[in-house]
Amino acid sequence: MKDVNEMRLEFDSRSCNEGFARVAVAAFMSQMNPTLEEVDDVKTALSEAVTNSVVHGYEGQVKKITVECRIQGQELALMVADEGCGIENIRQAMEPLFTTKPEAERSGMGFSFMEAFMDQVRVESAPGQGTRVYMKKRVGRTACDQ
Amino acid sequence: MEHPFTIAGTELVIQVPKELDHHNAERIRREADRLLGERNIRSIVFDFGRTGFMDSSGVGLIMGRYKTIRCLGGKVTAIRANEQVRRILTLSGVYKVIDICEEEPKRGEMR
Repeated sequence: MKDVNEMRLEFDSRSCNEGFARVAVAAFMSQMNPTLEEVDDVKTALSEAVTNSVVHGYEGQVKKITVECRIQGQELALMVADEGCGIENIRQAMEPLFTTKPEAERSGMGFSFMEAFMDQVRVESAPGQGTRVYMKKRVGRTACDQ
Repeated sequence: MEHPFTIAGTELVIQVPKELDHHNAERIRREADRLLGERNIRSIVFDFGRTGFMDSSGVGLIMGRYKTIRCLGGKVTAIRANEQVRRILTLSGVYKVIDICEEEPKRGEMR
């Protein structure tokens, strides 16, 4: 059984923290010996999930976003959670180009990018119950413990 | 961080910052729309020369400006995009409605 390595971040849902979350996760996954493309993939997917929490989950209110990151062998698992308004229809929210905020120029591609750049994406949410996005990706040419 | 906007004739060149995410896209949108409202602009160039990261918020920014400038008969160009930015432009379909060039086209040569 390969060792598990985990980390957890909690930060305010301010847009300036989107870049912080990307850099923190990129630094944590660097021990997996990822390719540059894999780092970009994870940063993009994470950025989409965190931005969703800022823009949709909390609608600009400043509350807490949690990012959990877990490395086991060559698998990277991410979770992005907010305690915001939640999603009424998850399937619809995940449709390409669907957005509830066209006036804010949201492209409706957030979940599409998460699915394109990660191996697995799963969403748990309900109105008033917040949202949790779970993502997994196989990363790295060699695992850190090899 | 500075986001220089340069206007030459009817062309607005936007120097895209190192990271084009939701945070930076909002700031660029405000300034670009102010300039589009005040000046006679027919073409927008997004210069990605120093940009290492873009997500779907950047797609929203480009598409929003494209819709505005298209109504005026203008066009949008992206220049000097790196591999990550190109993947986002391709995956999102943005490449279908804008021109993507290595370098800034000489003025007068633009279609």
